[in-house]
Amino acid sequence: MSVRETLRQMPGQGGPSLGNGLTARLHLDAPLLAALLLLVLGGLTVLYSAGGGSMEMVLRQALRLGGGLLVLVVLAQIPPRSYRFWAPMVYALGVVLLILVVLIGTEAKGAARWLHIPGIGRFQPAEIMKLAVPAMVAWFFSERNLPPRLTDVLVALALIFLPVVLIAIQPDLGTSILIAAAGLVVLFMAGLSWRLIGLALVALMIAAPLMYFFVLHDYQRSRVDTFLNPEADPRGAGWNIIQSKTAIGSGGVTGKGWLDGTQSRLDFLPESSTDFILAVLGEEFGLVGFLLLMAIYLVIVGRGFFISWQAQETFSRLLAAALTMTFFIYIFVNVGMVSGLLPVVGVPLPLVSYGGTSIVTLMASFGMLMSMHTHRRLMSY
Amino acid sequence: MRRPLTLKDHHHEQRIFSLRLLVGAVLVVALSLVLVGRMVWLQVSQHSRYTTLSDENRVQTQAVPPPRGLITDRNGEILAANRPDFAVELIIEQVPDLEATLTRIGQLVTLEPDDLERFHKRLSSPRRPWDPIPLRGRLSEEEIARLTVNQHRLPGVRVAANPVRHYPHGKLFSHVLGYVNRLSAEDLEGMTLTEQADYAGTYYYGRTGVERYYEHRLHGTVGHRQVETNARGRILRVLEEQPPVPGENLRLTLDMKVQKAAYNALGDRRGAVVAIDPRDGSVLAFVSRPGFEPNLFVNGISHQDYARYREDHDNPLFNRALQGRYPPGSTVKPFIGLAGLNAGVTDWEHTIFDPGYYQLEGNPHRYRDWKRWGHGWVDMNKAVVQSCDTYFYDLGFKLGIARMHDFLSDFSLGQPTGIDLYNESAGLLPSKEWKRAARGTPWFHGDTINASIGQGFMLATPLQLATATAILAHHGKQVTPTLAADELRPPPRPDIKLNDEGDWLRMERTMEEVVHGNRGTARVMAENAPYKMGAKTGTSQVFSVGQEETYNEEELAERLLDHALIISFAPVEHPAIAVAVLVENGRHGGSTSGPVARQVMDAWLLNDDGELDVPPPLPRTPASGESTP
Repeated sequence: MSVRETLRQMPGQGGPSLGNGLTARLHLDAPLLAALLLLVLGGLTVLYSAGGGSMEMVLRQALRLGGGLLVLVVLAQIPPRSYRFWAPMVYALGVVLLILVVLIGTEAKGAARWLHIPGIGRFQPAEIMKLAVPAMVAWFFSERNLPPRLTDVLVALALIFLPVVLIAIQPDLGTSILIAAAGLVVLFMAGLSWRLIGLALVALMIAAPLMYFFVLHDYQRSRVDTFLNPEADPRGAGWNIIQSKTAIGSGGVTGKGWLDGTQSRLDFLPESSTDFILAVLGEEFGLVGFLLLMAIYLVIVGRGFFISWQAQETFSRLLAAALTMTFFIYIFVNVGMVSGLLPVVGVPLPLVSYGGTSIVTLMASFGMLMSMHTHRRLMSY
Repeated sequence: MRRPLTLKDHHHEQRIFSLRLLVGAVLVVALSLVLVGRMVWLQVSQHSRYTTLSDENRVQTQAVPPPRGLITDRNGEILAANRPDFAVELIIEQVPDLEATLTRIGQLVTLEPDDLERFHKRLSSPRRPWDPIPLRGRLSEEEIARLTVNQHRLPGVRVAANPVRHYPHGKLFSHVLGYVNRLSAEDLEGMTLTEQADYAGTYYYGRTGVERYYEHRLHGTVGHRQVETNARGRILRVLEEQPPVPGENLRLTLDMKVQKAAYNALGDRRGAVVAIDPRDGSVLAFVSRPGFEPNLFVNGISHQDYARYREDHDNPLFNRALQGRYPPGSTVKPFIGLAGLNAGVTDWEHTIFDPGYYQLEGNPHRYRDWKRWGHGWVDMNKAVVQSCDTYFYDLGFKLGIARMHDFLSDFSLGQPTGIDLYNESAGLLPSKEWKRAARGTPWFHGDTINASIGQGFMLATPLQLATATAILAHHGKQVTPTLAADELRPPPRPDIKLNDEGDWLRMERTMEEVVHGNRGTARVMAENAPYKMGAKTGTSQVFSVGQEETYNEEELAERLLDHALIISFAPVEHPAIAVAVLVENGRHGGSTSGPVARQVMDAWLLNDDGELDVPPPLPRTPASGESTP
């Protein structure tokens, strides 16, 4: 709560006036932008060490982040009503592309996730859906009275799970869970009755074991097995999680120091610059480093909630809340998996992990958040 | 979709949403606390545990095997050494795709089917994890370069310089030195934990011969090295090092010159030569032919090579000198003669008439002499010099098997000599008790008569015959044949005392006549000899000849021909060498084995100018204080 209070009191922010200066004219939100830049810089520092001191890797990541910021700035200029207007069409296009992926997708590492379009290159349609699904559900509820009635809930669930299933069968469990979460957050924010939520939780508890035995792929099942008992195969599947816990644990309170983490520097930690980069941070900067990172993350999440709370109409409110919550889920799932709380699903640490299309998607979502915040006065009530 | 008819209640919606947002925020804070709690648990509560794990990860204690001790002959000539050998090795745990990797290596260096076969054999046998498995040794410089350049494409593959045991003289010392080969899981199982720790990192283990017997001295003590490695096992730096203690260099009593003479004198015949310095039990030569190539065994012998040795009818892997049990034949006559003299059943003046056979009273069976028409009147001297069987039949019968057995036992017959080699054969010195236990039949007079000329049940190894000769040459002073120059081995039993100590000298003079007398059976040995020697020939039957047959050597298959034996010592005045020679199917002890023994003695007793120059006995400095002279 205090975070939000602080954010509200920031000069030039939250008041009826949009403030002045460069950020305002560019439809940017200064606190959010500052926190993002801080995160990105910290992330690059850790990446330099995680990549074994490779400046090339840092530059490439910086380039990607720069591109993401550009996308952020561009998307911030587009007013929210345009997002609302385009949401159904982007969603429909996304579903079509996902079907195409299932039919003619390019395989990589045993999963067909990529779509190769001549002239444009290859990309993952699932990334679009990270934004399109919450936008679509938010659009759907903005047309309805809230709290939603049962039929609306069912339609919303259908809208969510059509792309989620298409992504899950690629198979890409991590992304499908994130997209389902993004859609469900909209449903929750829209006022889904607590009775239904309770019912859904009970259903999930019953379904989870059934999913495990009948729905999951072998590799997904083995990940769950590994999560439940990593010591069973310490040299094989359990290796990642044992090594990352060792890295984090050996970091202690203050860490071993930048570039001095033996686990990552001596290659014991796999995926140290991508999904497991948090272990490098934990090893080299210790608990202090982790708390700093969490503080920056929580500032971003808090600012997102604040923007959502300030939003003036349903679509923006729901979408902003969903995008913010999704961002937090990223954080929770990644930190949870690297620290051994959750099974290993391929979720990067947002804006810190090396590479991935997720940077652009995340930056885009923050661009949309800023757009919602800075276009408020222009909206008709 | 049906349009809602009611107006949107914005205020109500806003209230619901704000509440949900609050719930969301609470959830975020709660989940964040879970994450922070988890990190605190890992980084604060479990910190020391994970620090240990992290150190265990990167710091590895490696065993540094000690270099194996060298083996030299008495003059420092190197008989077993360690040679650096560059080999390509695979750490299986780090190889992603074994078949592809082997194919790729095969494109860089030549891999024979043998190399792959050996590799797969070692791969499937129990081994320590993360132990490199050698694929091919003896890499050329160019091959090393090619492998090094392609290192990045070959994870888990490395070129290592390993010391390889090498026997520069190959077959010459094969049966006495034995060989080492790869330490196996079975070897480790048979060890105590301390020994196992001592063998961590060691490649070789003595398998036979001196290499096996003195394994504990040649091996040395393992060293340790703490190294920091990365996940791929590459050593980044050495943190701490405790160097190994190299194995002891072992000096043997063998003499290269004598060994070579014995080996060459035997030539391509199957047989054995053992030469002992009777003054101290030093083994001067220890040869069994055919020999084998010990270097083939060091890194694991190929199926093909092993099959060739196993299928060879000459049995090159068989150590004839140590384990070959042969009827000693007439070479026992001097010992039986001494037994008879000592027991008083005969004396130097006693004569018998030899008609060419011997008969027990009331029994028509004729025990034939080798000389069909007999030797006529024979006394002890003539019986030994001309090797008269009939005299000894008579003597043996009078002596009886019990006294014969006891007397010969003192000469190390029928029991291991105690040489510093494992798996020594005890030969066989028959007795009534032995026959009852082993055969379940009573002892017959005929058995005694056969035994008195070293036939029948009696069996001895060439090593036993050489030892017995050394004891005789030194008038009953016991010696234990010894290979390690610094080993002082206590004699196995008290020295032999005769009732008339003068009999030693007379028997020696008699044996001298075997060589230097005009009727001696080994007179061929005496040719141009600058010193006097004593000897006794023997011809041991492989094939027993029927009662009234004369046998035709040419008609018998070569393998059924008599074994040719000789025991000898020199110089007669102060014996400095005792030699036993066995030539399988060599027919005549004197003409076949005699010249072999002579060459061995020449090699030891003569200097480079062919003059008599008896080397002094080896100064013995005991390695440990366990025995005193």
